[in-house]
Amino acid sequence: MQRHSLTKVLFVLPSLFAFTMVILIPFFYGLYFSMTDWNGVSDSIKFIGFVHFGRVFTQPSFVYSFLISAAYTAINVVLVNAFGFVLALVVTSNLRFRNFYRAGFFAPYLIGGIVLGYIWQFLFNNTIPSFGKAFSIEAFQTSFLSRSASVIWAMSIVNTWQYAGYIMLIFIAAIQAIPTSLMEAAKVDGAGYFRRVFRILIPMMANAFTISLFLTLTTSFKQFDMNLTLTNGGPATRFLGQPVMASQLLAMDIFNTAKANRMAEAQAIAVILFVALVVVSIIQVSINKSKEVEL
Amino acid sequence: MTRSRRVSSVLGEVVVALLFALFMIPFAMVVLNSAKTSKEIIFDALALPTRWGQLLINVGLIFNNRTVHYGNAFIDSVLITFFSLVVIVLFSSMCAWALVRTRKAWATILFFAFVSAMVIPFQVLMFPLVHWMRILGDFLHFRLLQSIPGMVFAYLGFGAPLSIFIFHGFIKNIPYELEESATIDGCSPAQTFFKIVFPLLQPIIITVLILNGIWIWNDYLLPLLMLGSNGAVQTIPVAVTAFAGAYLKQWDLILTSTLIAMLPVIVLYLFAQRYIIKGMIEGAIK
Repeated sequence: MQRHSLTKVLFVLPSLFAFTMVILIPFFYGLYFSMTDWNGVSDSIKFIGFVHFGRVFTQPSFVYSFLISAAYTAINVVLVNAFGFVLALVVTSNLRFRNFYRAGFFAPYLIGGIVLGYIWQFLFNNTIPSFGKAFSIEAFQTSFLSRSASVIWAMSIVNTWQYAGYIMLIFIAAIQAIPTSLMEAAKVDGAGYFRRVFRILIPMMANAFTISLFLTLTTSFKQFDMNLTLTNGGPATRFLGQPVMASQLLAMDIFNTAKANRMAEAQAIAVILFVALVVVSIIQVSINKSKEVEL
Repeated sequence: MTRSRRVSSVLGEVVVALLFALFMIPFAMVVLNSAKTSKEIIFDALALPTRWGQLLINVGLIFNNRTVHYGNAFIDSVLITFFSLVVIVLFSSMCAWALVRTRKAWATILFFAFVSAMVIPFQVLMFPLVHWMRILGDFLHFRLLQSIPGMVFAYLGFGAPLSIFIFHGFIKNIPYELEESATIDGCSPAQTFFKIVFPLLQPIIITVLILNGIWIWNDYLLPLLMLGSNGAVQTIPVAVTAFAGAYLKQWDLILTSTLIAMLPVIVLYLFAQRYIIKGMIEGAIK
């Protein structure tokens, strides 16, 4: 028995060591740094308590980033799930080429945010304006990325393009788990297509919605890569009388604050991001769980 | 089928085909414009390329570029992804098995620690991580920053929680009698794991490989912070941004570099589509 325990301890060690060094220690280090005057350059680090947490809320750039991230997340949660659901309905119908479509709709998810951002920057700045000029459509002639009112929507389009196929996969799995007899019975009873979808399909796949809402919520709120290469935060705009970057989401605000050698402040914003994520996901999951039905 | 229903079903097919075409436009634009010169792109981004040979010229320009060593970045990305996947699969499955088969409090606590760490966003960890990796590297006399082994070590740490969670769920359902009979036949615990349990994990290993592989290949922030934006060791996403930064608005080069970056993933997807889709669903639902 002694030998058994020793082997098991040895089996746990490599993962545990890497996990401790890469996640646990930096996490507590980070909590501590957020309460210091760390600037990433000087070696003397002084503990100053919650000063940064109070101060960031008086900064227009942070408040704007927080609000725009929340708005961006709300838009994405609706768009990605709606599109994902429609795509799932499409590829689970008896359409020709449905497996081919399914593979195609999922493909954007495989391309990383960095690469996607450049591709869509090209589409928004070159392809769509070319198209607008060719067909004399006024709204398409200037880039959506250069207007502060439309830039968040442009990012949401890209995000929806990237994630709808992934969410679709989750919904397909849920739809296929529902007994076909249930839908057949409703059809015999005279329920129309939309009635069947809203009264049977959606309630039956509540579990999948718990997962998909959680995934879309957290990925949007943490968005960085695509934000960097699509807009790099721009264009400039004004908020509460101060100049701010119109599409600078929270993760980018953290990154840019740190680049300006305000490391401790960046760390404080990161901790706020973490707390906000945990609180919102707990609320979302508990609401969704209460709506799940057991067969 | 009545006439009106046939019409509406044909209409449905057409609408879906159009939607699909719209979905594929970004890919088409990358391929089309990768085969043009910078001037041709500015002149008309929608036109078909006049000479497809330009695509090879652009690819050549990228691999021979002196500012960004794209070829090296490609090799580094392959090495980092490959070795990270090997250590993640090996050590996570070993760890998960040990945690499942140990009925003690510490195993439960550890498993809980791994699982709850999954909610921590990378942004909270990234700056302290780099600071700490420098201290740790100095202490161990081992280069953790700007090195491939350092990246592999970091990916093991970041990949372990989800991978252990997935393996844990799978191993729980493997009958313990199998291992008992192996022990009676004289297998040591390590032999039991590698000869009996590990081969049974094959379907779930594919899931773990796909989930981690896609993430590591496309990951940007961790390599940027640990390797630097134009260091000796580089990954593809970092090289793509270095390229775009150095050749502002030279879309012939930028688009060709994105094409090369996504090609391996797309080729893999064409061959292993069934496994990738299955793996992604399993990863999400668990």
